Amino acid sequence: MTDASWEALSNQAVTVAGVVYFMALLAHSAQWAALRRLPADQVPEGDRTEVFGRFGVLLTVIAASVHVLALVGRGLAADPDRVPWGNMYEFTLTATCVVSLLYLALYRRYRLAWLAPWAVGFVFVTLMAAVIFLYEEVAPLTEALASPWLVIHVIAAIVATGAFSLGGLVSALYLVKARAAAKQPALVGSGAPAEGEAPRGILARMPDLPALDRLSYRLHAFAFPVWTFAVLISGPIWAHYAWSRYWGWDPKEVWAFITWVVYAAYLHARTTAGWKGRNAAIVALVGLATLWFNFIGINYFFGGSSQHSYAAPAAVVERVVGVSVAPPGQ
Amino acid sequence: MAERGMAREMTARELLRWSWRQLTSMRTALVLLFLLALAAVPGSVIPQEDVDAFAVSRWQDQHPTLTPVYEWLGMFSVFDSVWFSAIYLLLALSLVGCIVPRTGVYWRACRAVPPAAPRNLTRLPDHTTYTTAETPQVVLERARTVLQRRRFRLGGNPSADDGADAVSAERGYLREAGNLLFHVSVLVVLAGFAIGSLFGYQGGVIVVTDGAGFSNTPSQYDDLSPGSLMDPDVMEPFTFDVTDFDIEWLLTGPRAGMAQKFVAHLDYREEQDGEQRSYDLRVNHPLTIGGTDVFLIGHGYAPYITVRDGNGDLAYAGPTIFLPEDQATFTSFGVVKAPDARPQQIGLEGLLYPTFALVDGDPMSLFGDVRNPRISMLAHVGDLGMDGGDRQSVYVLDKDGTRQLENPDGTPFRADLFVGESVALPDGAGSVTFEGIQPWVRVQISRTPGKLVALTGVVLALLGLLGSLFIRPRRVWVRARRAPGGETLVEVAALDRSSGGDVAEELERIVAGLRPEEPEDEA
Repeated sequence: MTDASWEALSNQAVTVAGVVYFMALLAHSAQWAALRRLPADQVPEGDRTEVFGRFGVLLTVIAASVHVLALVGRGLAADPDRVPWGNMYEFTLTATCVVSLLYLALYRRYRLAWLAPWAVGFVFVTLMAAVIFLYEEVAPLTEALASPWLVIHVIAAIVATGAFSLGGLVSALYLVKARAAAKQPALVGSGAPAEGEAPRGILARMPDLPALDRLSYRLHAFAFPVWTFAVLISGPIWAHYAWSRYWGWDPKEVWAFITWVVYAAYLHARTTAGWKGRNAAIVALVGLATLWFNFIGINYFFGGSSQHSYAAPAAVVERVVGVSVAPPGQ
Repeated sequence: MAERGMAREMTARELLRWSWRQLTSMRTALVLLFLLALAAVPGSVIPQEDVDAFAVSRWQDQHPTLTPVYEWLGMFSVFDSVWFSAIYLLLALSLVGCIVPRTGVYWRACRAVPPAAPRNLTRLPDHTTYTTAETPQVVLERARTVLQRRRFRLGGNPSADDGADAVSAERGYLREAGNLLFHVSVLVVLAGFAIGSLFGYQGGVIVVTDGAGFSNTPSQYDDLSPGSLMDPDVMEPFTFDVTDFDIEWLLTGPRAGMAQKFVAHLDYREEQDGEQRSYDLRVNHPLTIGGTDVFLIGHGYAPYITVRDGNGDLAYAGPTIFLPEDQATFTSFGVVKAPDARPQQIGLEGLLYPTFALVDGDPMSLFGDVRNPRISMLAHVGDLGMDGGDRQSVYVLDKDGTRQLENPDGTPFRADLFVGESVALPDGAGSVTFEGIQPWVRVQISRTPGKLVALTGVVLALLGLLGSLFIRPRRVWVRARRAPGGETLVEVAALDRSSGGDVAEELERIVAGLRPEEPEDEA
């Protein structure tokens, strides 16, 4: 196959993955629309909702496989072949794939049926946003990117971003449930039997708050060392080779550092009296905000001075005689 | 009065101890972490002196009122500022205050035996009970084996004969070790970073291919920022010439016009009289000489321009470095100063178009490669201001004491020259010739001692982090005693001592090991 046909294949695969994710989302929505009316401790009669649920997971598996195919095609479309992590579109394409695969991998172990519509919805929306706003044609890498560290550094950043995003999603659901539980204590499941019927609704079918907190913590605990490796080990090593300094307070580096510090604060908050639970979840979401800001905000708004700016270049330079130019060293 | 009396009782020593407690509390550490994150924000939004000095001066030109305030606040070098340093130093202090006592606690905990079983195991959140026909001794003996196999440390009653009715066990001691290692390593990283910025140096220099070359002394640098404790003797006495520069321009595809595969061919000597060696300097592949690394970080063009003065004498000749204004087309700006020209000094400033073309009457460069180079320069005569002894930028023409040359019709005179062309300056001021063009490369030279210290620190930190996140410390108790019915009542309880652990699974497995017949029943 030629590079062009690989590129076309990749683009078509993204479209197919998007459509199948959407169908999975519909299936899970149908499932949860039915479950919503039942008390949380009852299993639905008939297996219609069950079928919808399984169908949703099956569709997600298909979509994720096509998603992987899209990545492979993207990599093979480049000349020379390379890992598809050279720009924001490729980064998002891979990060959403990580979210999707992570969710599927943990589905059985942590009984994530309750997370299905949210995780699939998140992946679908993010993937489509990437197609609409970030799409770029396959292009050769700039010189500094052509390094084995591209593979090591960027995959670590992508995996950490995917895991942080999924963890943030769980933290957000934790906050929603905690807020609802404050108004309606039965939702937490504690005094439910005495009051007769168990509460209904999607929130009631989510795990209790400590279990949500634990799941979110595990995702973050996985992502944090990976992020540490990406930002504080492989990043500096590469920066040393490519840019002559291992840490130069480039805006991207500053925000990666900020993200690292905020997530470090999250891990500390979980063990500090008065910060557990709700506050820790808020800190985790602040961390996620800094992570996404680093990805989008730095590339688009402060990219001018960042060597990490992989947003499409806007080469607007005054070309007038006498325009001042950086005088090195004076 | 009583209150005042109480207040007075807090002596200086107590105050100190109170402050120390406050500083080293987790809450303070959290607040400091947030402050650190917040304090780093301006460093990414406001241009930084260390990152891009040119962006700083441009920003300062655009914001004349804010500039003094920001300068006073250190906003142009946030990461060296007093307040940023204060935050991370306090954090480091808080870290020490946390590590030291915890190490003591850990030391004692490591040597302590697991605590005896609580009286009522069924009060623990994770517990299970069952009855069996086996005697308590048999059950407890098996519990010891099972727990030992699961790498628990047994406590209390290592032999079965002391009459105790319970086994206590603990594992996951390394979690705290990992935690301490992580925190100590953070300090190591800080130390490595500090060594690098205090004792190292970095600088940049533009070297013309086939030009004068470079020798590693401060005066040869275009810009040099030595660490405040740097000893000038650490600058290795190497020299190098750039003999050739290869570049590959993409002619097709979405990145057409982008350059790739830069290679600067260097001839270098590690010492003045050392053996000459060659190295192909590429992006991502620095040349290491001793403790110093030489990096290729940029490139551009240096036209050879010859200026003859009004008397017909040679006033200036040689390669002149032009700085690219635009990485896509390499339209570059440069200045020629001929202070020796007589009767008047001559200054030229203007643009170089590597691939010149007229598009709708506007001169521009279509491409970064040298396909059709042309210079287009305005000429000034008079006092270039170079005699006063003040250091001048070679890229800026001081026009205060000069007069711009004009054509007879009053329009500004412009020397538009292709390679090999010459033009006479108006008023008999002299002539300008564009002889040829050579590429230059910008080389960054840096010596960063302590980078291995920092790397070791951060790797150890990661290892410690993994330990502190994934080692699960837990305690398990197994109690077996005769129930009134003659059977043995076994209670097993587990306690997770980390935050975020789930011991139910572990408990299940231990119980399964204690009741070997159980799986067969289920199967």
